[in-house]
Amino acid sequence: MKYSGFKVLWEGLKGNTGWKPMWRKPDPKKNYDIIIVGGGGHGLATAYYLAEKFNITSIAVVEKGWLGSGNIGRNTTIIRSNYLLPQNQPFYEFSLKLWENLEQELNYNSMVSQRGVLNIFHSDGQRDAFVRRGNAMLMSGADASLLGVDALKKLVPFLDFQNSRFPIKGGLWQPRGGTVRHDAVAWGYAKEADSRGVDIIENCEAINFLVKNGRCYGVETTKGVIKSKKVGVCVAGSSSQVMGKIGINLPIESHVLQAFVSEGLKPVIPGVITFGAGHFYVSQSNKGGLVFGGDIDGYNSYAQRGNLPVIEDVCEGGVALMPMIGRARLLRTWGGIMDMSMDGSPIIDKTNIKNLYFNGGWCYGGFKATPASGFCYAHLLATGKSHHNAKDFLFNRFEKGRLIDEKGQGNQPNLH
Amino acid sequence: MLIDHPLLGLRDSSEFIYMGDAKLLNRPNWKSKNSKTKFIDYGYLRKNPAGLHKELWYHEQGDRSWLVVTRNTVTHEILKVELARYLKRKANAK
Ligand SMILES: Cc1cc2nc3c(=O)[nH]c(=O)nc-3n(C[C@H](O)[C@H](O)[C@H](O)COP(=O)(O)OP(=O)(O)OC[C@H]3O[C@@H](n4cnc5c(N)ncnc54)[C@H](O)[C@@H]3O)c2cc1C
Repeated sequence: MKYSGFKVLWEGLKGNTGWKPMWRKPDPKKNYDIIIVGGGGHGLATAYYLAEKFNITSIAVVEKGWLGSGNIGRNTTIIRSNYLLPQNQPFYEFSLKLWENLEQELNYNSMVSQRGVLNIFHSDGQRDAFVRRGNAMLMSGADASLLGVDALKKLVPFLDFQNSRFPIKGGLWQPRGGTVRHDAVAWGYAKEADSRGVDIIENCEAINFLVKNGRCYGVETTKGVIKSKKVGVCVAGSSSQVMGKIGINLPIESHVLQAFVSEGLKPVIPGVITFGAGHFYVSQSNKGGLVFGGDIDGYNSYAQRGNLPVIEDVCEGGVALMPMIGRARLLRTWGGIMDMSMDGSPIIDKTNIKNLYFNGGWCYGGFKATPASGFCYAHLLATGKSHHNAKDFLFNRFEKGRLIDEKGQGNQPNLH
Repeated sequence: MLIDHPLLGLRDSSEFIYMGDAKLLNRPNWKSKNSKTKFIDYGYLRKNPAGLHKELWYHEQGDRSWLVVTRNTVTHEILKVELARYLKRKANAK
């Protein structure tokens, strides 16, 4: 299925009778070259890049629910490349570059909207830290600039600049950051993977791995046994559950993160804004709702719903930064299960079982990583070697003491 | 969530700080065989179950005791709350 402006007009004239489903609903075959477990953003992107860049099309993506039922359809849609550490920043900048061309590449409108990401700072020490981060961004080829209070007053006049506890001193601004329609990313990758021959099998849960002599040769699913040369696991919040089937303990805890959306309002918030003195971030969706969030709840959870203390904390942060938000009515809140790793950074690596690969540990930041994660995972699955932008996302960094700890918090997942 | 503190009764979970899997109570002996592997496991690897989980909560805004809470991570239901120091003492006495 090809989309274009002309097609939209033509279908409008024909009463929209010619649109077709974007992907097939195939039954699993007996054999594939590669099985991807988990049809979230990362799994679908991996399948697409395997087909597009590495010419491997005998692929099944097995998804236990429907496409978009996991975190890809639950996140707050922010994309950015404003990391500090050299193991992370080039990867996220690679991802941002892929986002910039994604809609053309997938022939699908995923509403990539580069409205800018603004991180507010409130103290001299925080300013120094943001200058350093901005320089790291520039060195990786990303864009960054430091805005003073005057510039901020023009850009976001509604902030509480004179807040007596946390006065606003400026912000780190990445104009190329922004938001993307999250589930359209899953649909776009699914459409293009499917059209290259990838079988996307929904309502098909992987229940165990087929392993013999230390080699994985397929997956047992609720739709029967499927064999393959390689298996790539990519199940985000369910990582420990899935890898636990073959006794692998991961450096990951699952935590719940909540998100919030207000009633639809006229355009008021230009890009993404983050509070520097508490945990609160906000953007405005194309439909007008204010989409915002803050900290994870902080305890292991698979419940896909959070508790009230965090809701209170997020709302307090919002009102401290922009008092006007107190007038908006909350429409919905929901939660998603995050694969929080021990150092806050992801893993894209082989496992100690041959032909079994793992991608996970994305914490609350894996949406922006979707294209690069898919690309680098496809590279690893196809060539057996790590992509140069993901060469440090390995299991053995924990035993080697080479943690990638952006926040410097140590091995406690709920602090990242 | 309300945590039924053995000494103080029902307390709001936001008075506590969460430290994760209660396996942290059993620090490996550095002189033991394979202590490196044991410490990697202790420091970094977690079972992370969906279901019953024994975990450490620290009553920072209360009596500053460490509790071992048995909680269902799928429903958030709390089934058992014990003082970590009693458990430890009991284990050491054995
Ligand atoms: C509230 C919230 C806000 C967020 N905000 C942002 C943000 O602003 N920016 C950002 O970059 N990131 C954000 N994230 C994080 C981001 O959404 C995730 O890191 C990312 O989506 C995870 O990758 P995924 O899309 O592959 O995961 P998922 O969509 O969760 O995919 C995993 C899939 O695996 C499937 N699965 C699980 N077990 C099995 C099995 N046994 N067999 C088959 N399939 C299985 C699941 O059903 C699921 O569909 C947010 C997350 C949440 C919850």
